Order: sequence, then C-alpha cells, then structure tokens
Amino acid sequence: MTDAATTGAAAPADGPLTTADGRPLKSALARAERIRRVKAMLLVLPLLLFILITFLFPIALMLFRSVDNPIVADNMPRTIAALEAWDDRGELPDEAVFAALAADLAEARRNRTIGRLATRLNYETGGLRSTVTRTGRRAQRLKAPFKEALIGLDEDWANPETWAAIKRLGKRLTGVNYLAAVDRRYDVNDNVVPQPEVRRIYVGNFIQTLWMSVIVTIACLALGFPVAYLLSILPLRYSNVLMILVLLPFWTSLLVRTTSWIVLLQTEGIINDILVWSGIISEGGRIQLIFNAEGTVIAMTHILLPFMILPLYSVMKTIPPIYMRAAMSLGAGRHYAFWRVYAPNTLPGVGAGCLLVFILAIGYYITPALVGGQDGMMISNFIAYHMQRSLNWGLAAALGAILLFGVLILYWVYSKLVGLERLKLG
Amino acid sequence: MMLAGFETVTYGTIYLGGDPINSLPPHKRGIGMVFQNYALFPHMTVGENLSFPLEARGVGKADVQEKIGRALEAVQLGGYERRRPSQLSGGQQQRVALARALVFEPALVLMDEPLGALDKQLREHMQYEIKHIHESLGVTVVYVTHDQSEALTLSDRIAVLNQGVIQQIDAPTDLYEKPNNAFVAQFIGENNRLRGRVRHMNGTSCRVELDNGHGEMQALAVNVSGSGTPTTLSLRPERVVIDPAPGSLPNRFEARVEELTYLGDHIRTRVNVCGTDQFIVKIPNAQGHASLKEGSTVAVGWEIDDCRALGT
Repeated sequence: MTDAATTGAAAPADGPLTTADGRPLKSALARAERIRRVKAMLLVLPLLLFILITFLFPIALMLFRSVDNPIVADNMPRTIAALEAWDDRGELPDEAVFAALAADLAEARRNRTIGRLATRLNYETGGLRSTVTRTGRRAQRLKAPFKEALIGLDEDWANPETWAAIKRLGKRLTGVNYLAAVDRRYDVNDNVVPQPEVRRIYVGNFIQTLWMSVIVTIACLALGFPVAYLLSILPLRYSNVLMILVLLPFWTSLLVRTTSWIVLLQTEGIINDILVWSGIISEGGRIQLIFNAEGTVIAMTHILLPFMILPLYSVMKTIPPIYMRAAMSLGAGRHYAFWRVYAPNTLPGVGAGCLLVFILAIGYYITPALVGGQDGMMISNFIAYHMQRSLNWGLAAALGAILLFGVLILYWVYSKLVGLERLKLG
Repeated sequence: MMLAGFETVTYGTIYLGGDPINSLPPHKRGIGMVFQNYALFPHMTVGENLSFPLEARGVGKADVQEKIGRALEAVQLGGYERRRPSQLSGGQQQRVALARALVFEPALVLMDEPLGALDKQLREHMQYEIKHIHESLGVTVVYVTHDQSEALTLSDRIAVLNQGVIQQIDAPTDLYEKPNNAFVAQFIGENNRLRGRVRHMNGTSCRVELDNGHGEMQALAVNVSGSGTPTTLSLRPERVVIDPAPGSLPNRFEARVEELTYLGDHIRTRVNVCGTDQFIVKIPNAQGHASLKEGSTVAVGWEIDDCRALGT
C-alpha cells in the first residue's frame, strides 16, 4: 500500500502519470472513455438493429437472389447429371438424357413443382413453358425410345439450345440474371452474345434512367438556386412565407402531386387548353406533354425540388453578405463577384443537393409509373414489373443490384470530385 | 458604408480627391476596405485573396505576383501565399485583409472597426502595426472605431461624431486637451464635469459660480459668450493636484477622500469636492506620491488652463 502511494506521489517526476489512487492515468482515461462509448452504443442499438433487419438483411438477400438458381437443379437432378457428359453442342444428347428428362418431368408433375420449373426455363428460352408442361402431362405414359417419343411430342426437344439452357440452369449459382440485365445471353456453345434486337431493353433503359436523372438534377439546380438565394436574403417575415410555399408540396401526398400533373399536362389538360386558346398552337396540334419522358422529367423535377432547395438554403444562409461587399469594394462587378466569391461558397450545398436529387431520381418509381407511359419508364419500373408481374425475381434482383452498384460507383466518383466532408445536407 | 458605396447618399456630395463619387458603384470607387470580420474569402488561399482585386482590375500576371509579394511583405506575412485563411490566427487574418485592401494601391483605405474581433493584447499590437504600415505607405486611411484610445493611437486627425453630427475634427492632442464641447470632453478620455454659470468674463478666463452653490472658481473661457451663460466645466482627472501649497494655484478646495482604487500605474481616487462625490483624481504611482486614506480630508487644486468652461 505504501509502495503504491509512494509511486503515485513520485511518478510525475519521471514515470508515467497516475491518478490520485495510483492507477496509470492512461488506463483510467481509457476506462472512462470506454464507459461513455458503451453508453452511446446502447443508445443507437435499437436503430442499428432496425436498419440491420429491414435494410441490410433484405439487400443481402436480394444480392443473393440475383445469383441463386435452385429450381432446375432441384427438379431435374437426373437430367442434369446425365447432361454432364454432353459436350458436342452440335448434336443432340443421347438417349440416357432423354430418359432422365422424362423421369424428372414425371416426378415434377407428381410433386406439382413443374409449373415453377417451366416458368424458370421459360425466362431463359421463350416458349419452353408450354413445352415443359405439355411434356410433363404425358411423361408418365412415355415409352422408350424416349428420344423419338419426346421429339415427337414437341419439336423443342430436338433443338440443342434447349438442352444447353437446361444444362446451364442446372448450376445452383448462376450469372444469367446479370447477363439478362445487360441484354446479353449465352448461345448454345455457352458464349456470351447480345440478345436479339427486339429483346434488348435494359441497357437502353439504364442509360435513359441515368440521362433523365441528370436532366432532373440540372433542372432542379437551375430552378432551386434562385429560390434558395431569395430565401436566404429575404427578411425573416417574407422568407418564412416563401419557405412554406417550398415545403407545402413536400407535405402533400406524392400521389396527389403526380396526378395533378396529369390534370395540367394531358392533351386535353390546362396547359394545352391555354396554348390553344391563346392561339400558340392549333386545336389539332395539341402537344403530348405527359405519358412520355418529358412528362416524367417535369413531374419529377417538381417533386424533387425541395431536396435541392433545402441544402442550398442552409448553406447560403451561412454565407455572410459581407463577402459580396468585400468583393465589390475590391473592384469586382456584381457578376464577377457572384461567380468568383458567392457561387464557390455555395458548392457544398450544390453538391449535397445534386447528390440527393440524383440518387432519389435514379431509383424513382411512382412518378414514372403514373406519368411515364411507354418511353418515360425508368429502371425501377422494370424491377417492379419483374417483382409483381413476371415473377422473375432473379432478374429483378440483378437489375436492382446493378442499380445499387452503379449508384455506389457514382457516389464514389462524386466524393472524389466534390469531397464528401464538404457536403452539407441541411 | 456610404463612402464605399454600399448605402445611398440622400443629401450632399462625397468627393474623393476633388471628384464627386456619389454615382459611382462600389467596385468603381477604388476604395480599399477592411471589415470588422476580415471578410477574407474562405475558398481561396491568401495569395488568391490578394490577387482577386488585381484580377478584377485586369492587372497582368507578372505584375500580380510582384504586387502580392510586396503587399505581404508590408504586413510581414511573406511566404504565406499558399495558406488558407482558416489556417491563420486572428491577427494574421487581419493583416491579410489589410494587405488585400492595399494591394491594388487604392486612393483611400476604409477600415470599419478592423480590430473589434481581436483580444486586447493583440489589438494593441495591431494598432502599432497599422500605424507603421500607414506611415510607410503614406496612403490615406479612414478608420472607424468606438475605442477612444485606438483613435488616439492611430490618427493624425480625429472626427468625433454624435448622432450623425461632427462635434470636432482635430489632432489627437488638441481633441484631448482642448475639447470644444462637453460631449467631446466626455467622450475622449475620463473627465470631471461641474455645472455652473459664468459670473464674470476676464479676457480668456472667466469666473464661474457652481449651480449647487459650493463656491466659485477660475476657468478658461472656451465656449462661453459672456456673463450669465450656463456652462459645463471640464477637468481632466490627471490634472488635479493633490495638496498644493496655499496660493500656488488659483483654484484650491478642501476634499474628502471617498474611495481609492489601485490600478497599478495610477491610483484612481474618488473625492467629494465642490458638492459632488463623483469627482475623480488620478494620482500617478510615482515615487513619493501622496498616500491618502479613505475618509481623510485633503486639499486639491488646478490651473485655470486645465479647467475648461464649455457650452452645456
């Protein structure tokens, strides 16, 4: 005890610093810090769990589903095993494979899983659904030689591509969904080739989605910047009113806002009526403003505008007006001072606003679904279509994953260009 | 602000070197300005801040570098071109702001309470630096301040403004020692005020009877027109003599010591004299100074020239 007291008292001379009761200061501090950290952790734990369960876990599941492919392997084990030996893609497989197919399909029909199998094969090669279900119905009664019997039943079985597709889908993990998502497919020899012209939709749509998002972002910036500037310089009384005008649409239902754009923009809508009435266009020349890409861009710009204005406003509010005065006293005209001094100082807000609007726009669903029509569709509409209609969840997951990684890459590039630490999100 | 052109002139004309500048926009006036919060552009380096006024005026690249170098040398910040304003201390930022206002060789430099944001020590240090830069460059500076000692330190001429009216324009010494009116006397430095009425004019001096009936004294007639006019007597605390020999000074009164405050270089003494207990006397802390006790009685006196009879 006396030892500890002595060291404690003598320590400041040369040894490590200690607290009054003799423990080294470093560990005492670390302990105090640790308790504080644990407390902070406990506070955020509920949210952390919530995010984990409702956000990270589903995303992981989605990423897995985009490569997961159990149906064919589970329902056609004999066929897949028999196809192992089939290499010469010019020829049909031998009799053993056909026999295995007949047995597999008969069993799948008994187990009532043949529908899912047929659907899965149909995603890969159009028309296979009816082939598989029809064959399944009669597989029980088929007799050897199975090759002739099956081909007699349906011509598709004489096509090596059918067999190549079955063999390919027999693997539990597959990249076919990603290939399909970028308009590619395997041919009979397992080479990656582009889809036929008419089936190429996704790459074009990805580009269209990006392009529309860029346009919406630029439009939001062009429209939002002056408003945010006005907000930041008006006296509080007026700026509050203006702020409510900015926020009011924000509080209105997304659906209401989108459908009201239909009222405004449709061919028989208010805008067209005014244009006809004022004689700018003729009755016959009414402009198609909605149910196309333009309509989607207009409606999305309006809906996403607050996400641009708010970060811009919060940054502009912090720029002292004295900078402009200083610039002008130093001999800069209004425009020169604005572009050299004011605008660079708004960059953190511009960066944050553009990032918010762009990322929200790129995954936007409701508005393009309602007012997009045929050529105003965005990639999220295709994802929804595959989730709800075609039930090709693998492809939907692959499209979603590509979108996710695309955004992440853009985000990374953006952070390199703008610097994330300089962003100010409201 | 009106000089720089940020506020509109409602009446009258501002001349700069003989030319009216009323209708010129701020950026054409050629007035360098130093603001209270420096107003350095945070997204630019020191060098870019300094080159801004030059580029705005279209000065050639080679000249720009040379002028920036010279301006930074003048404020003793040579080699700081690449720093950001946020990496500098308050005093350094202030010097950069000063260099920026000087770099384009303006006809006039406006300083709007430039040292207001600095602490006392640094403020006093910067006052001398600004004074020396001003002396070496010879540029005219209009310096706005609420700090009287700062005004006295820096200025060749001081204009005291009250409610938008100039009370007096004079050199610091004249302003302090010969204030024209009660406001100036009160505003610049500490001051004892006694109210009275002129009894008798006697050339440059006059006899004043105090309103509270506590006697008469001799004063310098500065701003009084004749006998019978009310006046405010102004008397600097450091000009009051403690315990003068009888007859040596024209004004001599008995005073009671109310309060002593030790301030290091001097002892601030509040005495009750001539019917007021707010009369301040500064006793310098020199060797052999009078040592007083609270509650004791002592004689105080002053010269005619130090007691100025001003208008009310």
